[in-house]
This record gives sequence, structure tokens and C-alpha cells, in this order.
Amino acid sequence: MEKPVFVAGTGIISAIGKNVSECLDALENSKAGMGHMHFFDSLHRDKLPVAEVKLSNDDLAKLSGLPNTKSRTAQLSLIAAREALIDAGIENLSSLRTGFISANSVGGMDKTEKFFAEFLSDNNKGRLRDVVDHECGSATELVADQLGIKDYVTTISTACSSSANAIFFGARLIRNNILDVVVAGGTDSLTKFTLNGFNTLMILDEKFCQPFDENRRGLNLGEGAGYIVLVSEKVAATLKKRPAATLSGYCNANDAYHQTASSPDGNGSFLAMNGALKKAGLQPADIDYINLHGTGTQNNDIAEGTAIKRLFDPHYPKMSSTKTFTGHTLGASGGIEAVFSVLSLQHGIVYPNLRLETPMKDLPFNVETKFTKNIEVKHVLSNSFGFGGNCSSLIFSKVL
Amino acid sequence: MYIRATGNISPQKTFGHLPLTELAAYSGNRLACIEPDYKEFIDVKQIRRMSRIIRMGVAAAMECLQEANIKVPDAIITGTAYGCMEDTGSFMTKMVEFNEELLTPTAFIQSTHNTIGAQIGLMLQCNHYNNAFVHRGFSFESALLDGMMLLEEKEVSNVLVGAIDEITNISHTILNRMGLYKQGNLSNLDIFKTRSKGTIAGEGAAFFLLANEPSANEDYAKLDGLKTFYKPAGIKEIEDNITAFLAQHSITTGDIDLVIIGKNGDVMSDRIFEQLSQTIFSKNATLNYKNLCGEYPTASAFALWLGASIIKTGTVPAALEYNGSKENKIKRIVIYNHYQHIHHSLFLVSAC
Repeated sequence: MEKPVFVAGTGIISAIGKNVSECLDALENSKAGMGHMHFFDSLHRDKLPVAEVKLSNDDLAKLSGLPNTKSRTAQLSLIAAREALIDAGIENLSSLRTGFISANSVGGMDKTEKFFAEFLSDNNKGRLRDVVDHECGSATELVADQLGIKDYVTTISTACSSSANAIFFGARLIRNNILDVVVAGGTDSLTKFTLNGFNTLMILDEKFCQPFDENRRGLNLGEGAGYIVLVSEKVAATLKKRPAATLSGYCNANDAYHQTASSPDGNGSFLAMNGALKKAGLQPADIDYINLHGTGTQNNDIAEGTAIKRLFDPHYPKMSSTKTFTGHTLGASGGIEAVFSVLSLQHGIVYPNLRLETPMKDLPFNVETKFTKNIEVKHVLSNSFGFGGNCSSLIFSKVL
Repeated sequence: MYIRATGNISPQKTFGHLPLTELAAYSGNRLACIEPDYKEFIDVKQIRRMSRIIRMGVAAAMECLQEANIKVPDAIITGTAYGCMEDTGSFMTKMVEFNEELLTPTAFIQSTHNTIGAQIGLMLQCNHYNNAFVHRGFSFESALLDGMMLLEEKEVSNVLVGAIDEITNISHTILNRMGLYKQGNLSNLDIFKTRSKGTIAGEGAAFFLLANEPSANEDYAKLDGLKTFYKPAGIKEIEDNITAFLAQHSITTGDIDLVIIGKNGDVMSDRIFEQLSQTIFSKNATLNYKNLCGEYPTASAFALWLGASIIKTGTVPAALEYNGSKENKIKRIVIYNHYQHIHHSLFLVSAC
């Protein structure tokens, strides 16, 4: 039996709240975060809804303590990672081997875009301070330095599965006795680059997204950050607040079908979920809730749904896509949804899949439409699938 | 664990596993990879669709797998600091020029940082573990650690690990404006002579096949250890880390036949190496490599290739300047690199 890795703390900022308690409140009251663009600007502002964090760059900077010249991606990251670390309440952190493993998809692109328009008109123009943090790793270091984490710092970018991979890489660093504590998750802010990229693929919904609906039209992009604090058994034993969950299973598999599309039978998703179950030593029937990748695109939802059918039939757990609240936060989604998964175990709650009108005809199961509380949730499966066929699944289990 | 095979596209003639007999010299502060004929490794139709960095990454990976005689590896892990810059620049340029209209998806699709690992997975129909690290001067080291842990965990029996970074006109212009590079028509082979500020820009695609078990054929080397440390406070902390690394592997500097160091020609940056050659490594032969490949965040992958190749033959290639005796057989090498004083890494490779 492998040594357990405990989840000691959670932190989040998203379109539905700037901390865990605000997000929980929005989830319980079915308050989705999508709407018109207020802080982010694009030519497509009147056409495409987005799920923005409801704070200006200046307000975010006040909240994070970073200068407002720094990328929104780093600001979001610091706010959520700090909340997770405070929540964990590790008293002797400086004497422990601590790592920060973060994920994002386009680094400091929001600032690079600002730089680039001027740079294109004249290669000697554009402020270098706006491009100096372009690299994905830069946002991670800005945050690690603020948190005082130095022992191990790295960044993962596997498109939309990025932060799920960051979380399980972090867990493995603990299991391999390289680190004692890892803050792991991901962050992404809205950028023109990503919005226009997804727009060229024609997978953005002009209305609020409807994942797992027969008439789904695509996804809404969102922004935010989500982190969990992973600790070894030894550290867990020293904590005042007993950790609510362990990361019991994980798997990374590749669909190897197409650069952006999922295979019709959801082969990669199937392998990831099945591998995570195997790692956790669980049967499909042991899973109480699946936090779906559930983007709302035609292709993702049928592939993911088919893979679930292949693996779970006839014992379907409760399922929902919380992207119906937060939008698709790309490199942050695995981190945000890991937080929701842990909260599900901690509080015995399951979230609704908002705006469902017509369940998908080709799938024999239904997703949750209401918020459920006061139930026992022992094992939660969280799916994150991305471009490049990258499929990762995590399983969180309640500490009994 | 063992380095069974390599594939390396660099500014030197490193592709095709030929000995490094003559060095490619460049004038100016930008070295460019010597690209192979891709047709041998990639389908012609696919070559046309791929941008340069993807071609280089995929070809280096394929050559590595061919040498290892492995069709489908148990895991594919890449490291890249900048990712697919050409595609990123191309999509952004059009986005600005056409004001967010009339855009096509190809450059965007290929701009994601996991594209190269994904393309390799797709070509090989490899459903296995596939990960991408994007952490500046730790991108390659993180990928390598992931691979080493997978082997330790007995999850896999082999892993394909590689690092890829490219220079584009846009990225070079910007990094040049940041003051990273030397100016004027200096040769890469002379960067250690000028004692001036700045380095020269490099790029490369280097892949390694690591395996748990030795192969019947000849492996390059054993990969005994890897350590990274972030933003050390000063020379003392660097020395402490090196000492701890050697102690962890139960060796002293006397057991090391060669230290490959990441000097890049920048006087400030190289000061650390010069101090260490007075202290910890005072009795060791040292070898530079950034005059060959230039400076870039994943240049340490070139160093690992060089170290593994030297272990395989037991000698430093005749074309390289080196302060040790060419008579001695080289059985154990420490590679010490740092990138911009921030990302420090140590590798230990030894003869099988």
C-alpha cells in the first residue's frame, strides 16, 4: 500500500467568488459567474459571454499585494494559493521541504498582448516590463517568492488538463520523499489570445454554456485559480485541523487521436479514469460523485460521456460540470475542480449542472440538476481533458 | 537508471549520432539549429503542417526511439520554457493586424505548450503518460525528474524525455532588447575570451530514452542523480548544494573525471563557475558547452547529451577545448548549470 497524501487546505478564486466560502455560497444558490465582459475587453464583447473574476486589475493587485503591473494570471494565483496555505495552517512550514507546483496555459499573455500591439508597429516600442513575465514559469515564481516557497518550484502546461497534472506531480513528489508539503493547482486569466483561438475553433457558446445537454453549443471561457495543499502523513499528523481528504488516485493517459478533438469512444478519458481507479484500489461503484470535465462542446461531452458509460454502467454516480458556474478556466480548471471535489467530500454536498434542459439522447445517465446536501460522499472523481489528447483524472477520498 | 538512446538537434552537427569532429562557427549573437532532412522521420504531409520547433522536437524524439529500438515508449515527457514561439507569434500578429477577425485556428492549436509531446504521442499512437513542463530554466530538469520518478515508482520500464526551445525573429528581438546578448560579430567559439557582458542565443531539441534496466546493446551512461535548487542566496548556498549532492551519491570531487559547466560568456553569470573552479572543483577538469549550443533555458539538455556521449566513448571529442588530459578515460561526470542565477541544476552520469 502506498503512503497516503493528504489534502490539508484549499484556496480558490473564480467568477463565482474570490475565496472558498463565496464560491460555496454561489454553488449552493445556483449563481453562475458568466456574463458580459466588464474588465476584459475584446472585439467579441457583445457576442461572447465570459466568466470573469469580478475584480479589476487594480482591485486584484490590492487583494494579492503584487504590483498592478503584474499579470492577472499571477494575481489570481497568489490569492488562491495563499488562501490554501492559510487554510492548511501548517505552523512549522519553514522547517519542512515545501514545493509550489502550478499550471497555466499561456503565462503572462494578458500583459504580452498589451506589449505586442505596440511592438508590431515598431520593434523598439512596447514596454519590456509587460513582456518580461511572458513565460508560464514566471507567474509561478512570482507567487512562490511571495509565499516564501523555495525547495521546489515548477510549472506544468498540458492545456486544459494542466493543473490536474500539477496536483498529481505534487503528490508524487511527496510519495517519493522529495517534499513534505506541496501547494499545487493552476491559474489562468482571460486573454484575447485564448478567446480568439477558441473562437477560430468555433467551440465558444454565444449563450451561457449547457454541458451534457443534447442541444449544447460550446463552452464559455472563464478565469480563476484553484490550489490545494498536499501534505505527507507525517505532516498531516501534526496539524490542528485534521485533513478532510486524501488524493487517493490519479492517472494521466493520452487519447492519441487528434490535436484538438477527442476520440468518439473517449479512449483517453476511459484510460485516465480507469487508471485512477486502479491507483486508488477502487471499483467504479465506489465513486459517489464525478466532477466532469464537461466543457459543453459537442465533442467533449459525448466522448467523456461514452467513456463514463463504458466504465460505470450500470452503477452511475452523481455527476455534474461545475464549468456551468465558473466557465472553462483552462489551465486553472483542474485546480478549481479539485477544490470543489474536496469540498464535496468535506461538506457532503454535490453541485448542480446548471441550465440542463434536454439530457443527451445517446447517454443512459442523467447529470445532477439540483444542489444536494447532507449526503455522505466518500470518493470523488475529477476529470480534466485537454488539447493534445492529454487526459488526466484524479480521485479524492474522504478521511474516515 | 540508464540513458539508452539520444536524439539531438542543435547548432552543432549532433544529429545522426556522428562524433563531434568539427565545430560549427557562427558570427553574431544567434545560433540556429542544423536541421536534418525530416522526410526520414516524419510523413511529408505532416512536415508541411508542423512549425519548425515541432519538426525539430518530433525528429529528435524519433531518432532517439529508433536508436533505442523502441516503437512506443511507456511515457512521453517534454520540457520547454518558451513553447511554440513561432505559432504564438504568428497567431498574435494576425490577431493584432486583423483586429481579432479573419483568424484561422492552425497556429493557435499548435501554440500550446504540450504540442510537441502530443504530436509524438499522436504519431506513435501512444496512449501512455504524456506530460509537459514549462518552467523557464527548470523545464528540462522537471521533465527529467518526472521521468526518473516514473521509473522509480515502477510505473514504467522506459520513458522518453526531451527538451525543446526555439529562437524566432520576434523572441530574439525582444530578448536582445532586454540586454541578454553580446553585440557585434563575435564567433560563438570565442565567447569565453572577451570577458564582456551578455551571452549568445541558442536553441535545441534533445531527447533521451531512459530505462530501468540496462540494454543488451550499449547504453550511453547511467543517470545516477539530478538535483535542482532555486535562487540560492550566494556562493555558500551553491557550494552547500553541490556538497550535499555529492554526499547523497557517496562520492567526492576526486571521484569525478569531468565537470561540464554552463558558462555562457557573460562575465557576471560566469563568476559563479569561476569561483567554484577555485573551490569545490579546483582539482577537476572542466568543459564548457554553451559555446556550442548557445544559451537558452533548456540548454542543460544539450549538456546531458554531451555528458552521456562522452561517457559512452570515454573521451572528450578532439574538437573541444578542455583543460584535462585526453588520455584519461572518463567514467563519471557532474554537470552543473545555472540559468540567469535563478535555476541551478546538477546531473550525475557515469559509465555503465
